[in-house]
Amino acid sequence: MSRPRTSLPVLGEGGAPADPSRRGFLRNACAGAALASLSACGLEDFFHKSFRELSKEDVARVLARLEKRYSAQYGKQVAVAGTPPREGVEFGYGLDLSRCIGCRRCVYACVKENNQSRAHPQIHWIRVLEMEKAHGVDLAHSEIYYEADQVPRPGHFYMPVQCQQCRNPPCVKVCPTQATWKEKDGIVVIDYDWCIGCRCCMSACPYGARHFNWATPTLPAEEMNPATHYLGNRPRPKGVVEKCTFCIQRTRNGRYPACVEICPVGARKFGNLLDPQSEIRQVMETKRVFIFKEDLATQPHFYYFYAT
Amino acid sequence: MNYLHHLLGTSAARGREKGGSAMSCRLLVGWTALGLSAWLAAPALAGEGPPPAGAAGARREELIQAEPPPFTPGIFPCTQCHSGPGDKTRRELTFHDDIKFEHDAEHRWCLDCHSNENRDVLHLSNGDPVPFTESYRLCGQCHGDKFRDWRVGVHGKRTGMWDGPKVYYLCVNCHNPHSPRFKPLKPEPRPLRPEEMRR
Repeated sequence: MSRPRTSLPVLGEGGAPADPSRRGFLRNACAGAALASLSACGLEDFFHKSFRELSKEDVARVLARLEKRYSAQYGKQVAVAGTPPREGVEFGYGLDLSRCIGCRRCVYACVKENNQSRAHPQIHWIRVLEMEKAHGVDLAHSEIYYEADQVPRPGHFYMPVQCQQCRNPPCVKVCPTQATWKEKDGIVVIDYDWCIGCRCCMSACPYGARHFNWATPTLPAEEMNPATHYLGNRPRPKGVVEKCTFCIQRTRNGRYPACVEICPVGARKFGNLLDPQSEIRQVMETKRVFIFKEDLATQPHFYYFYAT
Repeated sequence: MNYLHHLLGTSAARGREKGGSAMSCRLLVGWTALGLSAWLAAPALAGEGPPPAGAAGARREELIQAEPPPFTPGIFPCTQCHSGPGDKTRRELTFHDDIKFEHDAEHRWCLDCHSNENRDVLHLSNGDPVPFTESYRLCGQCHGDKFRDWRVGVHGKRTGMWDGPKVYYLCVNCHNPHSPRFKPLKPEPRPLRPEEMRR
């Protein structure tokens, strides 16, 4: 036992325990048990690097591990993509306030697509504000809990608010672990494995666009959307923040976001700001466009406009 | 290119009616041709008439027309009853009483859009027939601003790929042509208040 040691014994090194004594056996047994429990309860997530720093091989390994875990958990083949941003693409989103009728179809299409927690906690990435026409865009006179048999209600207009994907995002600035950042195509993303749940970003966001999993999300297996992205709609653990990602799992593959496709009045426009032919550029060039809370200089990729 | 000829012919005719000189008439034709050739520069969808994207808009070959809404069962083809031209005097109809007409009803009636000669098609104000699948050409005659926005994807809805093939919806997919105002909807449930979320 008095034999000097330069390092801790490594499991599997040389096939047999390096030290045949009782203490050595216990030590190895404990290390083995710890490692086993580590991989069993997903603690190895804590030990991989931030998604931005992972090598290609490591990304593939992490994604494969997550796919295996989620597939077992939800009883179906779950895909976790790590699709990177495309060159020459900067996403822009337009929302036509003169068309939106406040039907909240977008809210629930988003919940379904992005695997949000259904209830306890209920998480909605889109919140639709009902405002009075007499007051214009005025948050003091807005209501998100409106109920009606029919919308639009007379004298009211509706303003859906979701993550504005700022070019100058306050949430990114305050994150102590750099778990959230802005991607090249303009999407602000979160690495859920690096989020420590301090909620600084939530208090920094002027749009109320970030939401916290106060409890383990409730996501019924049969409603789980198996087409996921690491930085987007993959299942989240308890205690992390989440937000709209412009449906990163769809848009990075060229598809429209779910909210755009569901909107019954066609109020939502999406496309590449760098493509002069895109719908969003047509909006920017021909319509009256405004930015929400422009005075905060967040410079969003999200634009509100009036087509009429 | 038939459409081009139709329009060119019309513009020329209109120029003559207004007593314009041969020169101004030719100019008019020239400008129209210029505008239209820009519009029709890329190959149009085979047999579907001009797609909605204009000179500035999505690449035309990637646009797919949505299925127009179905007719009332048994009503089409209209020629099964309307075999020939009918009475052109404006009146209340006794048969089509399921249609509530709320489309500028004071000034419009059936034969402003439906062709009297062939009930299976619509007609433009100059009398040119328009199939039901291209009704947007008819709508665009009055609603030019909406038509312009729709062609570049600002008005109306598209689904599919933002950078690839997409389905565009027709005017009549969202607006009932006889009562075009968009109908109110029942909203989805409101979000839970924080106090309701406590277990």
